[in-house]
Amino acid sequence: MTSQYEHAGHRPDVAPGDEHDEGGGSVLQRVAVYSIGLALAILLTATSFFIAGTDLVWQPSIPVALIVLAIAQMGVHLVFFLHITTGPDNTNNVLALAFGVLIVVLVMGGSLWIMANLNQNMMPTDHMMQMQR
Amino acid sequence: MTGAATAYEDGDPHHLRGMQGSGVGHPGPAPKRIVTGYGFWIFILSDIIMFSALFATYAVLLGQTAGGPSGRELFELRNVAIETALLLISSFTCGLATIAADMRNQLWFHVTMALTCALGLGFLAIEANEFASLVARGAGPTRSAFLSAFFTLVGCHGLHVFAGILWLLTMMAQVVAKGFRADIQRRILCFALFWHALDIIWIAVFTMVYLLGSAS
Repeated sequence: MTSQYEHAGHRPDVAPGDEHDEGGGSVLQRVAVYSIGLALAILLTATSFFIAGTDLVWQPSIPVALIVLAIAQMGVHLVFFLHITTGPDNTNNVLALAFGVLIVVLVMGGSLWIMANLNQNMMPTDHMMQMQR
Repeated sequence: MTGAATAYEDGDPHHLRGMQGSGVGHPGPAPKRIVTGYGFWIFILSDIIMFSALFATYAVLLGQTAGGPSGRELFELRNVAIETALLLISSFTCGLATIAADMRNQLWFHVTMALTCALGLGFLAIEANEFASLVARGAGPTRSAFLSAFFTLVGCHGLHVFAGILWLLTMMAQVVAKGFRADIQRRILCFALFWHALDIIWIAVFTMVYLLGSAS
Protein backbone atom coordinates (compact mmCIF):
# COMPACT_ATOMS: atom_id res chain seq x y z
CA MET A 1 0.00 0.00 0.00
CA THR A 2 2.70 2.47 0.97
CA SER A 3 4.47 2.02 -2.33
CA GLN A 4 1.23 2.94 -4.08
CA TYR A 5 1.00 6.16 -2.05
CA GLU A 6 4.58 7.06 -2.78
CA HIS A 7 3.98 6.37 -6.44
CA ALA A 8 1.05 8.80 -6.40
CA GLY A 9 3.41 11.46 -5.06
CA HIS A 10 1.59 12.43 -1.87
CA ARG A 11 0.88 11.17 1.60
CA PRO A 12 -2.41 9.41 2.41
CA ASP A 13 -5.24 11.51 3.79
CA VAL A 14 -5.85 11.73 7.51
CA ALA A 15 -9.20 11.60 9.24
CA PRO A 16 -10.40 14.91 10.69
CA GLY A 17 -9.29 15.00 14.32
CA ASP A 18 -6.24 12.83 13.66
CA GLU A 19 -2.75 14.19 13.73
CA HIS A 20 -0.87 13.51 10.53
CA ASP A 21 2.24 11.98 12.11
CA GLU A 22 0.40 8.97 13.46
CA GLY A 23 2.72 7.20 15.86
CA GLY A 24 5.51 9.64 15.05
CA GLY A 25 4.87 12.12 17.82
CA SER A 26 5.50 11.12 21.41
CA VAL A 27 2.84 11.47 24.08
CA LEU A 28 4.56 14.54 25.51
CA GLN A 29 4.62 16.24 22.11
CA ARG A 30 0.95 15.52 21.58
CA VAL A 31 0.03 16.78 25.06
CA ALA A 32 2.12 19.87 24.34
CA VAL A 33 0.04 20.60 21.21
CA TYR A 34 -3.18 20.49 23.25
CA SER A 35 -1.56 22.59 26.01
CA ILE A 36 -0.50 25.29 23.55
CA GLY A 37 -4.03 25.30 22.16
CA LEU A 38 -5.50 25.59 25.65
CA ALA A 39 -3.15 28.46 26.57
CA LEU A 40 -3.96 30.37 23.38
CA ALA A 41 -7.69 29.78 23.82
CA ILE A 42 -7.60 30.99 27.44
CA LEU A 43 -5.65 34.08 26.36
CA LEU A 44 -8.19 34.91 23.62
CA THR A 45 -11.19 34.20 25.86
CA ALA A 46 -9.81 36.35 28.67
CA THR A 47 -9.16 39.16 26.19
CA SER A 48 -12.74 38.87 24.90
CA PHE A 49 -14.25 39.09 28.37
CA PHE A 50 -11.91 41.93 29.34
CA ILE A 51 -12.69 43.97 26.23
CA ALA A 52 -16.45 43.48 26.61
CA GLY A 53 -16.46 45.18 30.00
CA THR A 54 -13.74 47.80 29.67
CA ASP A 55 -13.87 51.54 29.06
CA LEU A 56 -10.23 51.66 28.00
CA VAL A 57 -10.85 51.23 24.27
CA TRP A 58 -12.92 53.21 21.81
CA GLN A 59 -16.44 51.86 22.36
CA PRO A 60 -17.61 51.45 18.71
CA SER A 61 -14.61 49.20 18.04
CA ILE A 62 -15.65 46.66 20.69
CA PRO A 63 -18.10 44.55 18.60
CA VAL A 64 -15.59 44.23 15.76
CA ALA A 65 -12.82 43.32 18.21
CA LEU A 66 -15.02 40.67 19.84
CA ILE A 67 -15.88 39.10 16.47
CA VAL A 68 -12.23 39.07 15.40
CA LEU A 69 -11.19 37.47 18.71
CA ALA A 70 -13.93 34.83 18.35
CA ILE A 71 -12.84 33.93 14.81
CA ALA A 72 -9.22 33.74 15.98
CA GLN A 73 -10.21 31.41 18.80
CA MET A 74 -12.19 29.19 16.43
CA GLY A 75 -9.02 28.99 14.33
CA VAL A 76 -7.00 27.99 17.40
CA HIS A 77 -9.51 25.25 18.22
CA LEU A 78 -9.53 23.97 14.63
CA VAL A 79 -5.75 23.78 14.43
CA PHE A 80 -4.78 22.61 17.92
CA PHE A 81 -7.80 20.52 18.95
CA LEU A 82 -9.26 19.26 15.67
CA HIS A 83 -5.90 19.17 13.84
CA ILE A 84 -7.31 20.70 10.67
CA THR A 85 -4.23 21.90 8.82
CA THR A 86 -3.40 23.14 5.37
CA GLY A 87 -1.21 20.11 4.69
CA PRO A 88 -1.67 18.00 1.55
CA ASP A 89 -3.10 15.14 3.63
CA ASN A 90 -5.91 17.39 4.86
CA THR A 91 -7.29 18.74 1.58
CA ASN A 92 -10.65 16.97 1.83
CA ASN A 93 -11.22 18.11 5.42
CA VAL A 94 -10.35 21.72 4.63
CA LEU A 95 -12.52 21.77 1.50
CA ALA A 96 -15.52 20.43 3.46
CA LEU A 97 -14.86 23.06 6.13
CA ALA A 98 -14.62 25.80 3.51
CA PHE A 99 -17.97 24.76 2.05
CA GLY A 100 -19.50 24.76 5.52
CA VAL A 101 -18.15 28.24 6.22
CA LEU A 102 -19.54 29.44 2.88
CA ILE A 103 -23.04 28.23 3.78
CA VAL A 104 -22.79 29.70 7.29
CA VAL A 105 -21.75 33.08 5.89
CA LEU A 106 -24.57 32.98 3.32
CA VAL A 107 -27.22 32.03 5.90
CA MET A 108 -26.14 34.58 8.50
CA GLY A 109 -25.13 37.43 6.23
CA GLY A 110 -28.12 36.93 3.95
CA SER A 111 -30.64 36.81 6.80
CA LEU A 112 -29.24 39.91 8.49
CA TRP A 113 -29.05 41.81 5.20
CA ILE A 114 -32.57 40.97 4.10
CA MET A 115 -34.15 41.57 7.50
CA ALA A 116 -32.35 44.90 7.99
CA ASN A 117 -33.51 45.94 4.54
CA LEU A 118 -37.10 44.95 5.32
CA ASN A 119 -36.99 46.79 8.62
CA GLN A 120 -35.86 49.93 6.85
CA ASN A 121 -38.38 49.77 4.01
CA MET A 122 -41.40 48.69 6.02
CA MET A 123 -41.22 51.19 8.84
CA PRO A 124 -44.91 52.26 8.59
CA THR A 125 -46.12 48.66 9.03
CA ASP A 126 -43.76 48.24 11.93
CA HIS A 127 -45.17 51.32 13.60
CA MET A 128 -48.68 50.14 12.97
CA MET A 129 -47.98 46.77 14.52
CA GLN A 130 -46.50 48.44 17.57
CA MET A 131 -49.59 50.63 17.91
CA GLN A 132 -51.84 47.59 17.77
CA ARG A 133 -50.13 45.99 20.74
CA MET B 1 -1.90 -0.61 -18.90
CA THR B 2 0.24 -2.82 -16.69
CA GLY B 3 -1.31 -1.13 -13.65
CA ALA B 4 -4.77 -2.07 -14.86
CA ALA B 5 -3.67 -5.61 -15.52
CA THR B 6 -2.32 -6.13 -12.00
CA ALA B 7 -5.25 -4.34 -10.41
CA TYR B 8 -7.52 -7.32 -11.02
CA GLU B 9 -5.11 -9.65 -9.26
CA ASP B 10 -5.01 -7.27 -6.26
CA GLY B 11 -8.75 -7.60 -5.76
CA ASP B 12 -9.52 -4.31 -7.48
CA PRO B 13 -12.09 -5.28 -10.13
CA HIS B 14 -13.15 -1.70 -10.82
CA HIS B 15 -9.62 -0.61 -11.70
CA LEU B 16 -9.72 2.22 -9.17
CA ARG B 17 -5.96 2.17 -8.82
CA GLY B 18 -5.55 2.56 -12.53
CA MET B 19 -7.27 5.95 -12.31
CA GLN B 20 -4.39 7.68 -10.55
CA GLY B 21 -3.55 9.80 -13.52
CA SER B 22 -7.15 10.86 -14.19
CA GLY B 23 -7.52 13.15 -11.21
CA VAL B 24 -9.01 10.70 -8.71
CA GLY B 25 -5.72 11.00 -6.88
CA HIS B 26 -6.24 8.29 -4.28
CA PRO B 27 -5.01 4.76 -4.87
CA GLY B 28 -7.88 2.53 -3.83
CA PRO B 29 -10.49 2.99 -1.12
CA ALA B 30 -9.41 4.92 1.98
CA PRO B 31 -9.01 3.18 5.34
CA LYS B 32 -12.22 2.90 7.33
CA ARG B 33 -11.00 5.32 10.02
CA ILE B 34 -10.68 8.07 7.41
CA VAL B 35 -14.06 7.31 5.82
CA THR B 36 -15.79 7.29 9.22
CA GLY B 37 -14.04 10.41 10.46
CA TYR B 38 -14.71 12.28 7.24
CA GLY B 39 -18.38 11.32 7.26
CA PHE B 40 -18.72 12.51 10.82
CA TRP B 41 -16.87 15.73 9.91
CA ILE B 42 -19.55 16.35 7.26
CA PHE B 43 -22.24 15.75 9.91
CA ILE B 44 -20.57 18.25 12.26
CA LEU B 45 -20.40 20.85 9.52
CA SER B 46 -24.11 20.38 8.77
CA ASP B 47 -24.80 20.69 12.50
CA ILE B 48 -22.88 23.97 12.48
CA ILE B 49 -24.99 25.11 9.52
CA MET B 50 -28.12 24.34 11.54
CA PHE B 51 -26.71 26.45 14.36
CA SER B 52 -25.99 29.26 11.90
CA ALA B 53 -29.74 29.39 11.16
CA LEU B 54 -30.43 29.70 14.90
CA PHE B 55 -27.75 32.41 15.18
CA ALA B 56 -29.30 34.29 12.27
CA THR B 57 -32.72 34.04 13.94
CA TYR B 58 -31.29 35.36 17.18
CA ALA B 59 -29.48 38.23 15.47
CA VAL B 60 -32.62 39.24 13.58
CA LEU B 61 -34.82 39.11 16.70
CA LEU B 62 -32.26 40.77 18.98
CA GLY B 63 -34.18 44.03 19.22
CA GLN B 64 -37.68 42.51 19.42
CA THR B 65 -38.00 42.55 23.19
CA ALA B 66 -41.72 43.49 23.19
CA GLY B 67 -41.11 45.91 26.04
CA GLY B 68 -39.50 43.14 28.09
CA PRO B 69 -35.97 42.94 29.45
CA SER B 70 -33.04 43.09 27.02
CA GLY B 71 -29.89 41.02 27.15
CA ARG B 72 -27.94 43.71 28.96
CA GLU B 73 -30.32 43.59 31.92
CA LEU B 74 -30.43 39.77 32.06
CA PHE B 75 -26.98 38.33 31.40
CA GLU B 76 -24.49 37.71 34.18
CA LEU B 77 -21.06 37.63 32.58
CA ARG B 78 -19.43 36.05 35.63
CA ASN B 79 -21.48 32.87 35.15
CA VAL B 80 -20.76 32.89 31.43
CA ALA B 81 -17.03 33.16 32.11
CA ILE B 82 -17.20 30.12 34.41
CA GLU B 83 -19.21 28.18 31.80
CA THR B 84 -16.64 29.09 29.14
CA ALA B 85 -13.75 27.98 31.34
CA LEU B 86 -15.45 24.66 32.13
CA LEU B 87 -16.14 23.88 28.48
CA LEU B 88 -12.66 24.95 27.37
CA ILE B 89 -10.91 22.77 29.95
CA SER B 90 -13.24 19.87 29.11
CA SER B 91 -12.14 20.21 25.48
CA PHE B 92 -8.53 19.92 26.67
CA THR B 93 -9.21 16.83 28.81
CA CYS B 94 -11.11 15.32 25.88
CA GLY B 95 -7.96 15.78 23.79
CA LEU B 96 -5.96 14.02 26.51
CA ALA B 97 -8.50 11.17 26.43
CA THR B 98 -7.91 10.86 22.68
CA ILE B 99 -4.18 10.49 23.30
CA ALA B 100 -4.82 7.94 26.06
CA ALA B 101 -7.07 5.97 23.70
CA ASP B 102 -4.35 5.96 21.04
CA MET B 103 -1.88 4.74 23.68
CA ARG B 104 -4.44 2.12 24.79
CA ASN B 105 -4.10 3.26 28.38
CA GLN B 106 -7.32 2.33 30.19
CA LEU B 107 -6.54 4.24 33.41
CA TRP B 108 -5.72 7.59 31.80
CA PHE B 109 -8.57 7.21 29.34
CA HIS B 110 -11.10 6.79 32.14
CA VAL B 111 -9.56 9.53 34.30
CA THR B 112 -9.61 12.11 31.51
CA MET B 113 -13.06 11.06 30.26
CA ALA B 114 -14.45 11.31 33.81
CA LEU B 115 -12.93 14.80 34.12
CA THR B 116 -14.50 15.76 30.79
CA CYS B 117 -17.84 14.43 32.01
CA ALA B 118 -17.62 16.33 35.31
CA LEU B 119 -16.75 19.59 33.55
CA GLY B 120 -19.58 19.10 31.07
CA LEU B 121 -22.03 18.42 33.90
CA GLY B 122 -20.81 21.58 35.69
CA PHE B 123 -21.47 23.55 32.51
CA LEU B 124 -24.98 22.11 32.23
CA ALA B 125 -25.71 22.81 35.91
CA ILE B 126 -24.77 26.49 35.58
CA GLU B 127 -26.78 26.80 32.38
CA ALA B 128 -29.86 25.13 33.90
CA ASN B 129 -29.53 27.42 36.90
CA GLU B 130 -29.38 30.46 34.62
CA PHE B 131 -32.45 29.33 32.66
CA ALA B 132 -34.39 28.66 35.86
CA SER B 133 -33.57 32.07 37.30
CA LEU B 134 -34.55 33.77 34.01
CA VAL B 135 -37.92 31.99 34.02
CA ALA B 136 -38.40 32.82 37.70
CA ARG B 137 -37.81 36.50 36.93
CA GLY B 138 -40.54 36.41 34.28
CA ALA B 139 -38.06 36.36 31.41
CA GLY B 140 -38.93 32.93 30.07
CA PRO B 141 -39.04 31.99 26.40
CA THR B 142 -42.66 33.16 26.10
CA ARG B 143 -41.88 36.74 27.17
CA SER B 144 -40.62 38.10 23.83
CA ALA B 145 -39.31 37.07 20.45
CA PHE B 146 -35.81 37.96 21.65
CA LEU B 147 -36.07 35.57 24.60
CA SER B 148 -37.59 32.82 22.42
CA ALA B 149 -34.59 33.05 20.11
CA PHE B 150 -32.21 33.16 23.09
CA PHE B 151 -33.65 30.03 24.72
CA THR B 152 -33.76 28.19 21.39
CA LEU B 153 -30.13 28.95 20.53
CA VAL B 154 -28.51 28.46 23.93
CA GLY B 155 -30.85 25.59 24.84
CA CYS B 156 -30.01 23.79 21.60
CA HIS B 157 -26.31 24.04 22.46
CA GLY B 158 -27.10 22.77 25.97
CA LEU B 159 -28.99 19.79 24.48
CA HIS B 160 -25.95 19.01 22.35
CA VAL B 161 -23.74 19.06 25.44
CA PHE B 162 -26.21 16.74 27.20
CA ALA B 163 -26.18 14.33 24.26
CA GLY B 164 -22.38 14.55 24.25
CA ILE B 165 -22.26 13.53 27.91
CA LEU B 166 -24.51 10.51 27.24
CA TRP B 167 -22.20 9.56 24.37
CA LEU B 168 -19.16 10.06 26.62
CA LEU B 169 -20.54 7.66 29.24
CA THR B 170 -21.36 5.16 26.49
CA MET B 171 -17.77 5.31 25.26
CA MET B 172 -16.40 4.74 28.77
CA ALA B 173 -18.67 1.71 29.17
CA GLN B 174 -17.73 0.36 25.74
CA VAL B 175 -14.02 0.69 26.46
CA VAL B 176 -14.54 -1.25 29.70
CA ALA B 177 -16.61 -3.93 27.98
CA LYS B 178 -14.81 -4.24 24.65
CA GLY B 179 -11.40 -2.63 25.06
CA PHE B 180 -9.69 -0.45 22.46
CA ARG B 181 -10.90 -2.29 19.37
CA ALA B 182 -10.62 -0.56 16.02
CA ASP B 183 -14.35 0.22 15.86
CA ILE B 184 -14.30 1.61 19.41
CA GLN B 185 -11.32 3.77 18.46
CA ARG B 186 -13.33 5.17 15.53
CA ARG B 187 -16.20 6.01 17.86
CA ILE B 188 -13.81 7.76 20.23
CA LEU B 189 -12.47 9.77 17.28
CA CYS B 190 -16.02 10.83 16.34
CA PHE B 191 -16.87 11.67 19.95
CA ALA B 192 -13.76 13.86 20.24
CA LEU B 193 -14.73 15.67 17.01
CA PHE B 194 -18.23 16.23 18.39
CA TRP B 195 -17.02 17.53 21.75
CA HIS B 196 -14.47 19.93 20.21
CA ALA B 197 -17.12 21.18 17.77
CA LEU B 198 -19.43 21.97 20.70
CA ASP B 199 -16.71 24.15 22.17
CA ILE B 200 -16.32 25.97 18.84
CA ILE B 201 -20.07 26.64 18.77
CA TRP B 202 -19.89 27.88 22.36
CA ILE B 203 -17.26 30.46 21.29
CA ALA B 204 -19.84 31.86 18.88
CA VAL B 205 -22.54 31.73 21.59
CA PHE B 206 -20.62 33.56 24.29
CA THR B 207 -19.35 36.15 21.83
CA MET B 208 -22.56 36.84 19.90
CA VAL B 209 -25.13 36.32 22.63
CA TYR B 210 -23.49 37.28 25.89
CA LEU B 211 -20.56 39.61 25.18
CA LEU B 212 -22.09 41.51 22.25
CA GLY B 213 -25.46 41.41 24.01
CA SER B 214 -24.14 43.12 27.10
CA ALA B 215 -21.68 45.42 25.32
CA SER B 216 -24.07 47.05 22.88
